[in-house]
Amino acid sequence: MAKCSSCRCCSKVEPIGVQEQFKIKLNSPEQAIIALAGNPNVGKSTVFNALTGLNQHTGNWPGKTVSNAQGQVKFKDKDFLLVDLPGTYSLLANSVDEQVARDFICFGHPHVTIVVIDATCLERNLNLVFQVLEITPQVVVCLNLLDEAKKKGISVDAELLAQELGVPVIPTIAREGKGLEELMQAVYDLCLGIRQTFPKQITYDLDIETAVNKIEPQLIPLINGFVDARWAALRLLDGDQTILQQIDIPLVHKIAQETRMYRHNGFLRDRIVGNIYARAEKIAQKVVKNSSPKIDWDRRLDNILTSPIFGFPIMMLLLGVVFWLTIAGANVPSEIIANVLFQFQDYLSTLFLAWGAPAWLHGVLVLGLYRCLAWVISVMLPPMAIFFPCFTLLEDLGYLPRIAFNLDRFFKKAGTHGKQALTMSMGFGCNAAGVIACRIIESPREKLIAILTNNFVPCNGRFPTLIAVSSIFMGGAVAYNYSTMVASATIVLLVLLGISTTLLVSWLLSKTILQGEASSFTLELPPYRRPQIMQVIIRSIFDRTLFVLWRAIIVAAPAGAFIWLLANIMVGNQSIIAHIAQWLDPFGRLLGMDGFIILAFLLGLPANEIVLPILIMSYLATGSMLELDSLDALRKLFVEHGWNWLTALNVLLFSLLHFPCATTLLTMRKETNSWKWPLLAVLLTTAIAILVTFTTAQIARVCGLV
Amino acid sequence: MVAKTIPLNQLPLGSFAKVVELRLEGLPRRRMLDLGLVAEAVIEAVRRSPAGDPVAFCIRGALIALREEESSQILVSPI
Repeated sequence: MAKCSSCRCCSKVEPIGVQEQFKIKLNSPEQAIIALAGNPNVGKSTVFNALTGLNQHTGNWPGKTVSNAQGQVKFKDKDFLLVDLPGTYSLLANSVDEQVARDFICFGHPHVTIVVIDATCLERNLNLVFQVLEITPQVVVCLNLLDEAKKKGISVDAELLAQELGVPVIPTIAREGKGLEELMQAVYDLCLGIRQTFPKQITYDLDIETAVNKIEPQLIPLINGFVDARWAALRLLDGDQTILQQIDIPLVHKIAQETRMYRHNGFLRDRIVGNIYARAEKIAQKVVKNSSPKIDWDRRLDNILTSPIFGFPIMMLLLGVVFWLTIAGANVPSEIIANVLFQFQDYLSTLFLAWGAPAWLHGVLVLGLYRCLAWVISVMLPPMAIFFPCFTLLEDLGYLPRIAFNLDRFFKKAGTHGKQALTMSMGFGCNAAGVIACRIIESPREKLIAILTNNFVPCNGRFPTLIAVSSIFMGGAVAYNYSTMVASATIVLLVLLGISTTLLVSWLLSKTILQGEASSFTLELPPYRRPQIMQVIIRSIFDRTLFVLWRAIIVAAPAGAFIWLLANIMVGNQSIIAHIAQWLDPFGRLLGMDGFIILAFLLGLPANEIVLPILIMSYLATGSMLELDSLDALRKLFVEHGWNWLTALNVLLFSLLHFPCATTLLTMRKETNSWKWPLLAVLLTTAIAILVTFTTAQIARVCGLV
Repeated sequence: MVAKTIPLNQLPLGSFAKVVELRLEGLPRRRMLDLGLVAEAVIEAVRRSPAGDPVAFCIRGALIALREEESSQILVSPI
């Protein structure tokens, strides 16, 4: 669909930025672009992963397809670039992701668009299919989730559906890889022109058709060969201003103005959508057969998981179990990794000695850089490798929307969007990812609130600190048998505190600087799905664990070297780090901590993961211990530096509430296009962290508890 | 046929109704349309959140949760 060279207008309607916006990178000019569209929760990502062979380790967080994923597919002799579009119910540009999806199908000129549809709710999915068919005839329908349909006693006649739509319909069960070969064959045939489609478009109410017939001929000479004129006429008639951004021609603007006279009898959109649904209903009646449904397991499971009695306890229990598994499971591997890495440190030291390297070089590289790295890896890798798969498992199962469903009322009371529960859950993985996920919230006010408060759920960079400190001091305070349980319970309480703070601060924001009422939203509760274990493991280990670990490593390595220098360059009779810590100490004491801890939090700004390693390094530099290979040793080190339960508690609280890491702040800047909001986030969180720790410290002291 | 119409949020759990009229405007209205909540569409009230609101409705085979603010603006006639 190259633009024509003859007419004046086409040069103007170059698809500005659409391909750039999507960062389309073709391997060769012959490579064909395939767009992948579909409703949310139809298994679109499964189709994508199955076709591209799971080679796409782009940050895979919910809402990720708001920015899209791309993957290479080779079928027979042809190379394809598969572009995964955001999951949408419609292409009528009601939201950012709908506009992104529409712009790509329309102006990104994919050679073929695959529309993945859910066999269990055909009518709503056909709505999207018809909207795509109005834009392009190059469509292959992927009739997915046939396994779920079968369980629900639903069968769909794919051949009849293909006749009704006029485009190929390929039945698939993407999670089992069934039908994908046929799907690619259909795409291939369409791409090479071996097969043609004859889409049957919707005929609208008479007055709409009459208006379209008047507008369409005027548009044809202006936009011929660029977009479908009938579709453009319908959109202009519907009063859609967004397409004028892409078709920026004065004459088209003028036509858009004139369409106003056709809109006099109101609710045009209702009738357009109504007509599409009427047709979808008719087709569904023809092609869908319902046999008596077996037991509806989804409803049974929902009866328990969202029950008035068990809903909330189960939520907390699941959270507790995940933390318990993480803490209990990570202990041994952490120790093994630490042993191996620290043995290697000795080996490195011997090597340096043998080479006759100067002591400072050995210090910076081995005692600083390497040791910090070893610490970060041994402390972070095992818990993440357990926590992320557990979390992904719950996500794949379809439990996260249920959390949003259970908690929505509280978010509504706080004047925020129901989907904030989802972006908040994402924050458990990584706050920067949580901030990006806020794109799924349309209202700018609510999006800002969600962005500003995301940091109140502890991210994975902070969990190691929380886990280590609560294992040592909270778990360590009780009998050994219960210590893991107590440590997990502590973290559950902290998380609940984080959620409460999120709600409270959201409420305060929506009463003050971000005033307004909660906006409308709809939340789909998709069917529960048996998680695909392999996919869960691959996605959580590669996309999440290694992604977060790598980020920690690139920050930790230079930080380790830097801290070593700070700890070993003497000014007067003590090191630089001791000077700074001493200066910060009165402030730290006021908050129930000490100067080293405050310094560690400050230096941990690039990434929260390194707060504990920094603290350990600065304590080690000023303490008598040199090796650190277990939690018990860590406990001794802390106690030696004057820690008690209050210090531990306030470190936990400060870690939970304090300023976001640099990555998160940069992401906030990017998402809000202003430094104002990240700055506000720093002030807000830090003020709260200081206030809370100050209060607990004073209460504990006044009551004589420490 | 003139049937009794009620706001959707008053539809008892477990019962079915047909959409009569959307009293929403702008984006919320368009959202409902996209989900297939057009006149005559059949809808079932399925479950209530443990916190009391929202309520999940079965709309064209999918389970969709709506807050009271929206569901009270959707008029339905029970069937």
